[in-house]
Amino acid sequence: MEEKIEALRIKAKQIRRLIIEMLGKAKSGHPGGSLSSVEIVTCLYFSVLRHNPKQPNWPERDRFHLSKGHCCPVVYAALALCGYFDREELWKLRRLGAMLQGHFDRRVPGIDVSSGSLGQGLSVALGMALAGKLDNKDYRVYCLLGDGEIQEGNIWEAAMACSHFKVDNLCAIIDYNGFQIDGRVKDVMNLEPLRDKWLSFGWNVIQCDGHSIEELLNAFEQAKITKDKPTVIIAHTVKGKGVSFMEGVVDFHGRAPTEEEMKLALKELGDE
Amino acid sequence: MSNRELLYARDVYGTVLKELGKLYPEIVVLDADLSSSTRTSLFAKEFPHRFFNVGVAEQNMMGISAGLASCGKVVFVSTFAMFATARPLDQIRNTICYNNLNVKIVATHGGITVGEDGASHQAIEDIAFLRSIPNIKIIVPCDAPESAEAIKVAYKTEGPFYIRLGRAKVPTIENKKDFVLGEGYVLEEGKDLAIIACGIMVNEALIANQILKKKGYSATIVNMHTIKPIDKKLITTLAREYKRLLVCEEHQSIGGLYSAVCEVVADSEPVIVKSVGVKDRFGQSGLPQELMDIYELSSIYIAQRAEELILQ
Repeated sequence: MEEKIEALRIKAKQIRRLIIEMLGKAKSGHPGGSLSSVEIVTCLYFSVLRHNPKQPNWPERDRFHLSKGHCCPVVYAALALCGYFDREELWKLRRLGAMLQGHFDRRVPGIDVSSGSLGQGLSVALGMALAGKLDNKDYRVYCLLGDGEIQEGNIWEAAMACSHFKVDNLCAIIDYNGFQIDGRVKDVMNLEPLRDKWLSFGWNVIQCDGHSIEELLNAFEQAKITKDKPTVIIAHTVKGKGVSFMEGVVDFHGRAPTEEEMKLALKELGDE
Repeated sequence: MSNRELLYARDVYGTVLKELGKLYPEIVVLDADLSSSTRTSLFAKEFPHRFFNVGVAEQNMMGISAGLASCGKVVFVSTFAMFATARPLDQIRNTICYNNLNVKIVATHGGITVGEDGASHQAIEDIAFLRSIPNIKIIVPCDAPESAEAIKVAYKTEGPFYIRLGRAKVPTIENKKDFVLGEGYVLEEGKDLAIIACGIMVNEALIANQILKKKGYSATIVNMHTIKPIDKKLITTLAREYKRLLVCEEHQSIGGLYSAVCEVVADSEPVIVKSVGVKDRFGQSGLPQELMDIYELSSIYIAQRAEELILQ
């Protein structure tokens, strides 16, 4: 177990470096929420998900849907490391003609449904989960949500429906980094009491440290064995995690690092 | 003409959906608490496990349909035209159409003839909302049998569709041609102008032609059931031949079939094009026929506009 966790920590660091480089080279994009999701996405792609990069459309694969589409760099990095596509593609992020679009896009192998307009992903994930049930398949569906994003009404329509339809093959993860574009989530539009909200909507709720690989793996395991209801993991995270001058700095929600900042951040993160 | 069969297009929708459901196990149907009105209840009764009532939550319904379609399902989604388009427009644009998913939105209660429920329930901008979105195909069938054909074609054709049906019973149009997606056709040949219509306005246009004939005029009546992709070839030919076009729709004159026709002729064969449609106003409560009259959509107004156009 210790070895496995250490291996995932190394992957997480690689992903962080790729995010910084990708965004630094693209000169635009969203580092804050990508960095806060790194451990969540790392655990999924390198431990939890049943998938095969050589067969992106394998019908038995677990589904992953990124509802907060602006944080695509973290998933693009994970997909590249898994071997879904050539790592060189990462350096073309957001350029004209690039496969890696500015928001989560299905033209990328390993991505099923594009996103970008917030608040829609949980419904999409529910559709995937219902299809799995209809087809008697045992794949699971994972959906990563932003905290600011769940201010959208569509999320709560979907939350109600997920428990109504008892999709225990669905696991939502909220990257609760506490910041959105205009400031602190609690100041812009408070989500609390968040756990109670999801509980009252009929969900199995797990809270964990979203940067602790051990806690995340446990949470995903708990989700798997929970029957008759969907699970939401409220992952408490730090926006911009891993780069000292980005941590908790709202400016880095949607601003890419400069050349200088990129070098500084990579130095801080250390070697691959 | 008065003895023609009257049918609910939505009855036919429910029946066809049930038939398709028997043949194709990948069909899944969603509704937002209006299944008895949209007639998806017929499918629900036959295939309860492939039917999902999502409650009054249209945005969620569109998102779920996208997720199902991404896993290989062919998803029919129904509610009233007002709530199938305006409310979940972002979900339709960004999640269904951008992903080009196999979602067939079949909306009932389109147009002003919804009647007594009034303005909030009269979808007369729905075509305008959707027409500018890439990938989606838009059909407004003229009667119940054509609705059946359109639904079958939508099933067989990959990608998103919007099919608009009405609330009221509609007369079955005689001498229709086979339904071919994106190809309008001439129902009656005339000499003075071409009237291009969709939905229930096809019948109104045919009646208007009778009025015109009594005055010594005649119109070529075209059933333009597909609004998108629009039949550029036919419209250009009609413009060239008649020089005068009158477009009739149970929709705002802004953004619907009239706009689509104008876009084609402005680009290829500039001629004068007039509109019978709702003139930038909201609807109101009333009987369907009263509303057709007060909004100047009924046959008598089509005949008037046609005569004005002929004499212009």
